[in-house]
Amino acid sequence: MTSRSILPLSLKDVCFDAGGKQLIKNLSYQFNAGPRSVILGPNGAGKSLLLRLCHRLLEPSQGHIQWHAEAEGKSNAALHQAMVFQRPVMLRRTVAANIEYALSLRGLGKKQRRARTDEVLELTGLVHLASSQARVLSFGEQQKLALARAWALKPQVLFLDEPTASLDPTATHAIEQVIDAIHKSGTRIIMTTHDLTQAQRLADEVLFIHRGRLLESGPASAFFAGPTNQLAQAFLKGELLWWDHPETKIQEN
Amino acid sequence: MNDFSAAISLLISADSDLLMIVGLSLQVSLVAVLVATLLGMPLGAATALYRFPGRKSLVVILNALMGLPPVVVGLIVYLLLSRSGPFGVLGLLFSPSAMIIAQTLLIIPIIAALSRQIVDDLWVEYAEQLVSLGASPFRRMMTLLWDGRFSLLTAVLAGFGRASAEVGAVMIVGGNIDHVTRVMTTSIALEVSKGNLALALGLGMVLITLSLSINAGAFLLKETAQRRQA
Amino acid sequence: MSYFVKFMVFTLIGLSLPGNANSAEYITLASTTSTRDSGLFDDILPLFTKASGLQVRVVAVGTGQAIKLAKNGDADVLFVHHRKSEDAFVAAGYGVTRYDVMYNDFVVVGPANDPASITGIKDVVKAFTKIAQSNAAFVSRGDDSGTNKKERSLWRAAGVDTGRVSGTWYRETGSGMGATLNTASAMNGYALADRGTWLAFKNRGRLKVLVEGDSRLLNPYGAILVNPKHHPHVKAAAGQKLIDWLISKAGQRAIENFKIGGEQLFRGSVR
Repeated sequence: MTSRSILPLSLKDVCFDAGGKQLIKNLSYQFNAGPRSVILGPNGAGKSLLLRLCHRLLEPSQGHIQWHAEAEGKSNAALHQAMVFQRPVMLRRTVAANIEYALSLRGLGKKQRRARTDEVLELTGLVHLASSQARVLSFGEQQKLALARAWALKPQVLFLDEPTASLDPTATHAIEQVIDAIHKSGTRIIMTTHDLTQAQRLADEVLFIHRGRLLESGPASAFFAGPTNQLAQAFLKGELLWWDHPETKIQEN
Repeated sequence: MNDFSAAISLLISADSDLLMIVGLSLQVSLVAVLVATLLGMPLGAATALYRFPGRKSLVVILNALMGLPPVVVGLIVYLLLSRSGPFGVLGLLFSPSAMIIAQTLLIIPIIAALSRQIVDDLWVEYAEQLVSLGASPFRRMMTLLWDGRFSLLTAVLAGFGRASAEVGAVMIVGGNIDHVTRVMTTSIALEVSKGNLALALGLGMVLITLSLSINAGAFLLKETAQRRQA
Repeated sequence: MSYFVKFMVFTLIGLSLPGNANSAEYITLASTTSTRDSGLFDDILPLFTKASGLQVRVVAVGTGQAIKLAKNGDADVLFVHHRKSEDAFVAAGYGVTRYDVMYNDFVVVGPANDPASITGIKDVVKAFTKIAQSNAAFVSRGDDSGTNKKERSLWRAAGVDTGRVSGTWYRETGSGMGATLNTASAMNGYALADRGTWLAFKNRGRLKVLVEGDSRLLNPYGAILVNPKHHPHVKAAAGQKLIDWLISKAGQRAIENFKIGGEQLFRGSVR
């Protein structure tokens, strides 16, 4: 694993079409090293889509998405990323085996895998479940395991797609704590959420997406104090509807 | 029902001829299932995961071949293995090997088609995560095959059921030769043709019991494996 | 996971592909299901094996299929009962020589109440004519076997076009003697059967032998060695040994000693 940073990640005029509709429209942005980014927006805005485009699970229909490492001719950016989904996907094996599986994909030897697995299990408080079948865990524990698995890979960037959307407040809190720990260990966090309070807790910078357009971005404190974009304002007040509102006009920043 | 009780007493006394027939039936069908799984399962999984020209047609063909008539397979294998055929020089006709070959060909489509569907359904669930983790296409295939092992076991049992129950293929390529290629199903057919219906029925019961035992064994295997994991 | 692998490996080795050879030398005999079903082979072939040390592997199928197997070189000796086909086989060079081995006869079986009134008729063609006129059910093997060919020749002699009436009172099963008799028993219909299969047949229902003894009902068997010139791999020497034994005093005696329920089934042809 190289210690060269794969950031910044630049998006230039990215568009994504599917089913005859343009779901992402001319989106440009640059994720630099450092802050925790939260992509905010109503349902169907294209947040999850944007995340998948960044993580290369999907290819843009137009425009460019490029990691800094790629600009320099290195093609191993994928090795330094990880993603956690809204619903955790666990293999039919033990908790520890799930983590070791991910590590084996990175080519680590048995001893190294064991050591690293024990380490993240310790960090995430899952040691007592190490030999349990991953699939019998509660949803919250499985999501924690998903985070542990991602963390074990020591990613430079961790994408999270609405990681606590299906969890209760206690589990949500536990997950946010792990995310925080991962961030403190040096991983760049890029996540989506539609939960405003979560965004307020976790974000250093905010991207507001609506109908596939990036309408506003900037430091979290400024955004939550008072966004300039009308729709963003409506969203913060909980008044933004996801269907056409005749009085609402889309304004571009 | 003299013959029926004769059949039962054959079983109880573990008549050596009957044991030989049962043993050969198991040998042929189990080896056929093994080979068909080694060939058919990766074929099905690959068809589910890889994209290549003609893939959709292959899916349709595999599904259709599940209904391959055993007697047709037997005929084709006969034509291949006959001394007048391309592989005649191997001298495999009328031997257990020929029967294994025929049954393997018969059940490869079943195992392949069912595996394909199982892996396909799993892929829908696992796709994004496996791609995100960086698994190679081959690695994805192996992972899904292992994760779907319980469903895949059922596919294997389906293949075994088909193999152990068929008579058309083994009759033609085996020749139903006494003490050499006579199996349960061909024995039953023989006794029916001699009019020994009760004996044939008794043998049928043996065959069904055999199949039940094997399936019960597989079920217990699955249960213990699943329980050990809880 | 490794348990599973070990188990599979052991199973594979343990059930390792059985080869097509026993340690004893063997010859493959292509014959008919009716001959096998009579029980003749189980009775006399062990005697041959004792005398010669050679095992005989009998593949019993319909006459047409037996001849095809021999033509393809998948058998060493052909032993069927249809003179015309056998002569054609030898004439075409597939067989070396035809040897007369034995003969038995055919019988006409039918329901005990005999709707066509053929019981005891000495002329089999007359009996067949009466069956056709009565529209009573007649079950044919319809499989091009020796029995089937004999049956069709009798219908021809009776002036009946079996192709035209097939599916009406004339039913073709396309199967062996045993299956055909099963069907006749279930339908309570008439059928032509070789005496051997009939004597050994257990599912008679209400069927009885109604017509027998006509010279046209004689059923001669011939043994032919598959021509090694055509198929070099054929076990010619061993196959000839079997034929020689069948026509020898010992073989002929064994054939005539074979009885079902005290009744002799076959007559030796060698005088």
